[in-house]
Amino acid sequence: MSGVAGTSAKHEQEVLKGVRDTGLDEARLRAFLAHAWRTPKGLYGWLVTVDHKLIGRRYIVTAFLFLILAGLSALAMRFQLARPEAGYIGPDLYNQLFTMHGTTMMFLFAVPVMEAFAIYLVPLMIGTRNVAFPRLNAFSYWVYLFGGLMIWIAFAFETGADAGWFSYVPLAGPEYGIGKRPDFWAQMVTYTEVSALAVAVEIIATVFKQRAPGMSLDRIPLYVWSVLVTAFVILFAMPAVMVSSTMLILDRLVGTKFFDPAAGGDALLWQHLFWFFGHPEVYIIFIPATGFVSAILPTFARRPVFGYLGIVLSLVAIGFLSFGLWVHHMFATGLPQLGESFFTASSMMIAIPSGIQIFCWIATIWGGRPSFATPMLFVLGFIFTFVIGGLTGVMVASVPLDLQVHDTYFVVAHFHYVLVGGAVFPLLGAVYYWFPKITGRMLSERLGRWNFWLVFLGFNLTFFPMHILGLQGMPRRVYTYPPASGWGEMNLFISLSSLVVFAGFALFFLNILLSLRNGRIAGDNPWQASTLEWATASPPPSYDFSRLPVVNHREPLWAEPDMLLVVEGLRVDAREVLAGTVADAVPQLRVPSADNSIWPLLSAIAVGGAFLGSIFTPWAVVWGAIPVSIGFICWFWPKGEPEDEE
Amino acid sequence: MRQRPVADVSHLPTYDFGAASPMWWGTLAFIALEATGFALAIGTYFYLAVLAPHWPIGAPAPDLLPGTTVLVILLASIVPNHLLELWARRQDLAKVRLGMIIMSIAGILPLIVRVWEFPALRISWDQNAYGSIVWFLLGLHTTHLLTDVGDTIVLAVLMFTPKGKAGRRFSDVSDNAFYWDFVVVSWVVLYLIIYWVPRM
Repeated sequence: MSGVAGTSAKHEQEVLKGVRDTGLDEARLRAFLAHAWRTPKGLYGWLVTVDHKLIGRRYIVTAFLFLILAGLSALAMRFQLARPEAGYIGPDLYNQLFTMHGTTMMFLFAVPVMEAFAIYLVPLMIGTRNVAFPRLNAFSYWVYLFGGLMIWIAFAFETGADAGWFSYVPLAGPEYGIGKRPDFWAQMVTYTEVSALAVAVEIIATVFKQRAPGMSLDRIPLYVWSVLVTAFVILFAMPAVMVSSTMLILDRLVGTKFFDPAAGGDALLWQHLFWFFGHPEVYIIFIPATGFVSAILPTFARRPVFGYLGIVLSLVAIGFLSFGLWVHHMFATGLPQLGESFFTASSMMIAIPSGIQIFCWIATIWGGRPSFATPMLFVLGFIFTFVIGGLTGVMVASVPLDLQVHDTYFVVAHFHYVLVGGAVFPLLGAVYYWFPKITGRMLSERLGRWNFWLVFLGFNLTFFPMHILGLQGMPRRVYTYPPASGWGEMNLFISLSSLVVFAGFALFFLNILLSLRNGRIAGDNPWQASTLEWATASPPPSYDFSRLPVVNHREPLWAEPDMLLVVEGLRVDAREVLAGTVADAVPQLRVPSADNSIWPLLSAIAVGGAFLGSIFTPWAVVWGAIPVSIGFICWFWPKGEPEDEE
Repeated sequence: MRQRPVADVSHLPTYDFGAASPMWWGTLAFIALEATGFALAIGTYFYLAVLAPHWPIGAPAPDLLPGTTVLVILLASIVPNHLLELWARRQDLAKVRLGMIIMSIAGILPLIVRVWEFPALRISWDQNAYGSIVWFLLGLHTTHLLTDVGDTIVLAVLMFTPKGKAGRRFSDVSDNAFYWDFVVVSWVVLYLIIYWVPRM
């Protein structure tokens, strides 16, 4: 918006307090909305914004930066393992590297990046202008950033967590956990879980209440269904790791005895609590990835997805079943056999809804006219790789087999197939698919194809041999192995293959950098897709839609390609969105949407300071409560919002 | 893309109560996640109790008086809390102000009693796993109580400023009352576990 238009809009606002969009011509409407929904320019604007697109974008960028850090630590490990008894990296640093790799990939990359896409896409896909609690959203980003920075700065000062990404006691407990390493890990968990829970709450409220009029439950895009289910899984899983990591830090800091068997505590209690979170965590990463697939596939198969209802029910079933599997991580701990059998059965059961989804996708391709652009290649790569990971999953769900391969490279191969194949491939596909929406420019297809084939082949060449290494008995988490083991050649092959994956990711980032500047202009709907995010400009304006859409079809843009049905009557001089009924999205309220504020950042600094201080003294929680309270009070105290006048 | 207006929403209100309001759903989601935290802590309590040869480990059952006093105060607070909810829905500012003062006091009182409640557990947090988990449960509820009382007091002050007259504040008061019910219910469950399971 030009400065003149801005000034005139401001002037008009003073004259026309409470002005509505009804009957406004498009230019004036846009001028009003741009003023009401603006983010100030410069650093200050960057710090105060509550725009879900800006926050989603910075979440995505930050998560990918953590991916690079975690990827480089993996590369360092592969360098060390390339030949037997190599001496580049000692055991202490190696312990920190694999812990930081796993911790970063799970807590700082995979979960946040999935939430990041949800934050960016959900309001656009359901036809609203922001998430339900925009300031909570801003707060969640800052808390996440501080947690990630904290654990990596600690690593830089040789205080990197070193007890594995699940930080088992007693290794991480007061007796064996050296210095402050496990404390940094435990508090990083607290930061990232606070952030993830905040996002889950706002996603649930947004999807339940802010859908476009007419978007009943059976018209919600499958991607949105997937993040809704994920938000519920987060809601009921993440508290487990917050409870357990708090107990861990209490054991270490003030001498509680939760995990101390000598005083009535129990080491396995940690594993139960951790995996009660840790197994759903895998699905927190995987479910949104299946949502990506269900969004990308119909667009490139040129037909509606086959079995919408089946896929929705599968997503919900996976969400429920993900809570009944955690003990399969603990088969080697000597639990009662009846319990083990139950968890074997439930672990195999989750293959059923996963299988239903896969058959629905195959049927969609089968019945369509598929075109093979890069996003589609990643989806096909996903189906291939994930099926292999799923099969080895059914294998390790069986207790006798699990006992044989437990803690070997077979398990490493299995979960990389599931997580990289199941989540990272669809994620890369999603980047290719939505990059035009986010930036207004297309990514290069030529580089995209190279990117796909390098990552896909490199990944399989790197991780498939690990199955064999595992069956041959090579354990996880060893910094080296003797030449007599005979594992040297295969390890060298794996290390060389990992360079191919590295090259693939280098191309990915290169493609992004080049396309940001020189990519072809995308237009509103470059893929001729069916969902609402493609009905607005690329990149979308700050207010997402000039008038909020109405939906009367599951694929609104295919039902009416040139015409968007909209509502009228919303205020344009202040931020306002629609809230409707949960099942049928019948409009109930015009609700105000929070404006920019510095207080989420300042509150996050206060909360972060209290968490950080608590690593060193329990009093940090007491004294830290003062700035935290001040931050929250100032955040929530109303400051003359225009909607208060109504 | 061309647009065709098909509905007019200008007549819709800007706030409402209960499930109509997005904030109510946010509150419910926070209640759900906090309840999960409580449930897992309670699960830990029973896990440790089942493992231990004797429960409670090396300590007498906690002294009943302070915890029961908190229970009585919290249960009694349900009455003014629901009156306040009713007044908020009727948007009766004078009564809502009165109700907020009563509920602020109803929140501060159990916090005062709680000072005596921790010693009444008759075990220290670092003595053994039993001590750790009862302190943890009580600490969890105290944190819960503290944050909600803080919230209530701030909202009470707000209701006495000109900003308290905005309609949506009544909706905030109603959500706050909703959350208070959860604080009370969670204490009923925790009270039974902390004080009566060791006596079984």
